[in-house]
Amino acid sequence: MNKHVMNEAIGETRLDRGTQGVIGQGVDRYEGKLKVSGKAPYAYEHLIGEKVAYGFVVPGPIGRARVKSIDTAKARAMPGVLAVVTGDAIMHSSAQPMGPDVPAMKGEIFHYNQPVALVVAETFETARHASHLVEVDYEPLEGHYEMEGRRETGRASDGGPMAADTKRGDFEKAFAASEVQFDRTYTTPSYHAAAMEPHASVAKWDGDQLTVWSSCQLLDLNVKQIANGVGVDASKVRLLSPYIGGGFGSKLGIGPDAVLAALGAREVGRPVKLALTRQNVFQATSRRGETIQRVRIGATKDGRITCFAHETDTPNAEGEGFFEPSGISTVFLYPGDDRLVTHRVVTTDVLTTSAVRAPGEATGMLATESALDELAEQFGIDPIAFRKLNEPEKDPQEDVPFSSRRLLECIDEGARRFGWADRPSKPATRREGEWLVGYGMASASRANSLMASSAEIEMSADGRATVKTSMTDIGTGTYTILQQIAAEMLGLPLDRVDVLLGDTSLPASSGSGGSWGANSAGSSVFVAAEAIVEEFARRLDVDASTLTLKDGHAIAGNRQIPFSEILKRETLTVTGKIEPGDTSDNTNQASYGAHFAEVAVNVTTGETRVRRLLTVGTAGRILNMKTATSQCYGGQIWGIGYALEEELVVDPRSGLIVNHDLAEYHVPVHADVPKLDVVLLEDRDPYASPLAGKGIGELAIAGVGAAINNAVYNATGIRVYDYPITMDKLLPRLPEEVGAAA
Amino acid sequence: MKRNRRAKRSMKLKINGVEHELDIDMRTSLLDACRDHLGLTGSKKGCDHGQCGACTMLVNGRRINSCLTLAVMHEGDEITTIEGIGEPGNLHPMQEAFLHHDGFQCGYCTPGQIVSAVGMLGEVADGWPSHASADVKAGAALSGDEIRERMSGNLCRCSAYPNIVDAIETASAKMKENA
Ligand code: FES
Ligand code: FES
Repeated sequence: MNKHVMNEAIGETRLDRGTQGVIGQGVDRYEGKLKVSGKAPYAYEHLIGEKVAYGFVVPGPIGRARVKSIDTAKARAMPGVLAVVTGDAIMHSSAQPMGPDVPAMKGEIFHYNQPVALVVAETFETARHASHLVEVDYEPLEGHYEMEGRRETGRASDGGPMAADTKRGDFEKAFAASEVQFDRTYTTPSYHAAAMEPHASVAKWDGDQLTVWSSCQLLDLNVKQIANGVGVDASKVRLLSPYIGGGFGSKLGIGPDAVLAALGAREVGRPVKLALTRQNVFQATSRRGETIQRVRIGATKDGRITCFAHETDTPNAEGEGFFEPSGISTVFLYPGDDRLVTHRVVTTDVLTTSAVRAPGEATGMLATESALDELAEQFGIDPIAFRKLNEPEKDPQEDVPFSSRRLLECIDEGARRFGWADRPSKPATRREGEWLVGYGMASASRANSLMASSAEIEMSADGRATVKTSMTDIGTGTYTILQQIAAEMLGLPLDRVDVLLGDTSLPASSGSGGSWGANSAGSSVFVAAEAIVEEFARRLDVDASTLTLKDGHAIAGNRQIPFSEILKRETLTVTGKIEPGDTSDNTNQASYGAHFAEVAVNVTTGETRVRRLLTVGTAGRILNMKTATSQCYGGQIWGIGYALEEELVVDPRSGLIVNHDLAEYHVPVHADVPKLDVVLLEDRDPYASPLAGKGIGELAIAGVGAAINNAVYNATGIRVYDYPITMDKLLPRLPEEVGAAA
Repeated sequence: MKRNRRAKRSMKLKINGVEHELDIDMRTSLLDACRDHLGLTGSKKGCDHGQCGACTMLVNGRRINSCLTLAVMHEGDEITTIEGIGEPGNLHPMQEAFLHHDGFQCGYCTPGQIVSAVGMLGEVADGWPSHASADVKAGAALSGDEIRERMSGNLCRCSAYPNIVDAIETASAKMKENA
């Protein structure tokens, strides 16, 4: 296998030369025609025409309990019911992305409406009906459903997405001695990923071989989780996820459907299809934990930040190590010699919390970027000038250089394009009819990571290439960018490159998560393509660096040879692998950006409308301008949701997630979203990967809600510390006399 | 009176111009009839409760949430699903526009968005007003605000909304040209 370890900065590559001219271009999605015509098969849509059975989950409507007995007789007596699966192995929520373990119920109810059994029947309608006939007897146990009153029990988890604590110097001492002290507490509610495709699985046994089609992001981990959950060896399981109807972290670990479908299929002796209901998705997969974040900043009188603390309390279920890492950006984004970033996990008996799009940044920067706005105002400094005054030159925690950090350029470019100079200099001073108008801005950053990943390129005798990897495309554009990378590297027109993804029988990949997918899987394709170029050069007896590849021809000196001739009627197959290396340790890598928002707040109702939203970003090489921009729109719109609409409500008495559907959990709709602007600056980060690219999928959500909050303040003079900024929080405090003099 | 316990019934459904004869549970939604029994999986199930629009079909030219209606209620109706709008080799202008404007990411809400958009343009052409219309009697010109209002029953968690609006504007112009 051809392997590249990212130990040093990458030099000039074929991607820079751009001979084929396809890298970076905003070409249409590779699989787009299938998606717009309804022909792309998602998990549930496999085995059409085969005799299958249908599953339906029986939920346990109690917050915390031991199951005394389950009476399935009535359900089983219903004509058309094939089986009722019960037992210890029933998965009660999604698995975490950190390891192969799966949460099995083992006779207990851990959270309200967790799965307790699965009905399998000839039809969906019968399974659904019979699910109501399963009778469960519970012994209620004491449950805790909120952090309130129990925060002192918070534990420092060593099984989370970052270290629980990151410290430098002596924050408390430095803060006590600071000329200016800022101390605010912010809260963010629990959020749900709410991908449009409910988690679904189709499971089929052939003897002891299990095939599962499921909606999953990290196939090589997920296949182990399925094997664990079902109790078989992972070598016996094949997992396929060719199309995924959105993930946003909620499909990093398998959902309960994968194991339940497999158990059901084994019991009834035929394939089982199981799609979670939307209510199951809200109550039996995973969610983002609510946070209580204390931000303390010490500064000099003239506005220089000298110390920074960001302390987060967030919940998870008993024994769960994951926590919402709200301080993840704080560690390197803000200056200060004395630093403190902590996370404490308060155990609650509510649905497990896990990774949702930009774990950490999406919540943490709602707090810190609002704090910076408020602090700048206290100093009487424009928020942009304040950020410039406090831009660190190197990673303030580790003292290593930034691989590249163009935050201030993003801010300047954004300010110019947005017309920041026109911002009302005092809050609550601009009124247009019944609307109070304000501007706000915030920084964006998202830590970058590279993961081990491999891919195969098969060149057929006629000079077509097929990229094969277990990588997934969750809507991010993976199919398309892998096609573009292979085409550019190999000098092939796009229509001569195919991409096969989402199958554990293909070379193991990083999977999709943490915005690492494009860089990691893309680099593996890069490495494989380089090996093909080397082989071509060897066969032509030239140095690879002198070889130009374009439109299916190799050009060496004055020779122009079609690939089919080089391949001599034989298929050429190579595998490439990328691994992270020293550059991950000796540079600090992140994508950066800046958000600018204009909002209007209704002076009578307190309704907030986002009028304009601009994000300027840098994320290294952009592989496809169109899909990258779409990713950023997605982040911006999630920011609108997080700032203004979304809130998963848990009943503190029972543990019920009250708003467990799309009618009551408010994701942004068309009418909530104005025309958006996204500008991605030309950029390269040679330390990040052979592609010189960085993660983009989560950059735009980082901080955008704070830009909206800051604009709401600018419009109304009201600072909101508990998200979302709903009307009830503004109404009682709306100013009476705005603009009367104007 | 003894309840009729026979849950199955044979029914005829005309979908994308093709007659299908089915013998299925009377509780089967139009959406599930297509997805589970006819191999027409283009229409998606996002909620099964009329909250997301992923299942949008046209019934006699009008858009409906097919998860909220029983198949058995649609004998004699002309039903159009995404498969009847256009195919990969022969895309409808709306599908072309979604493709070129990147009006989708994961693609799961997309068939619903596209069918809904086609139905919506019909409503506008027929002079139906919306909440965004300045004058409910005057009919409506197609503006960005009109599109956003009229498409708000189709959720997209990937949040392709800006591109969807652009796609609908492009397709609408193209369809007028073709008409
Ligand atoms: S599936 Fe019909 S509206 Fe959601
Ligand atoms: S494209 Fe994914 S939900 Fe709309």
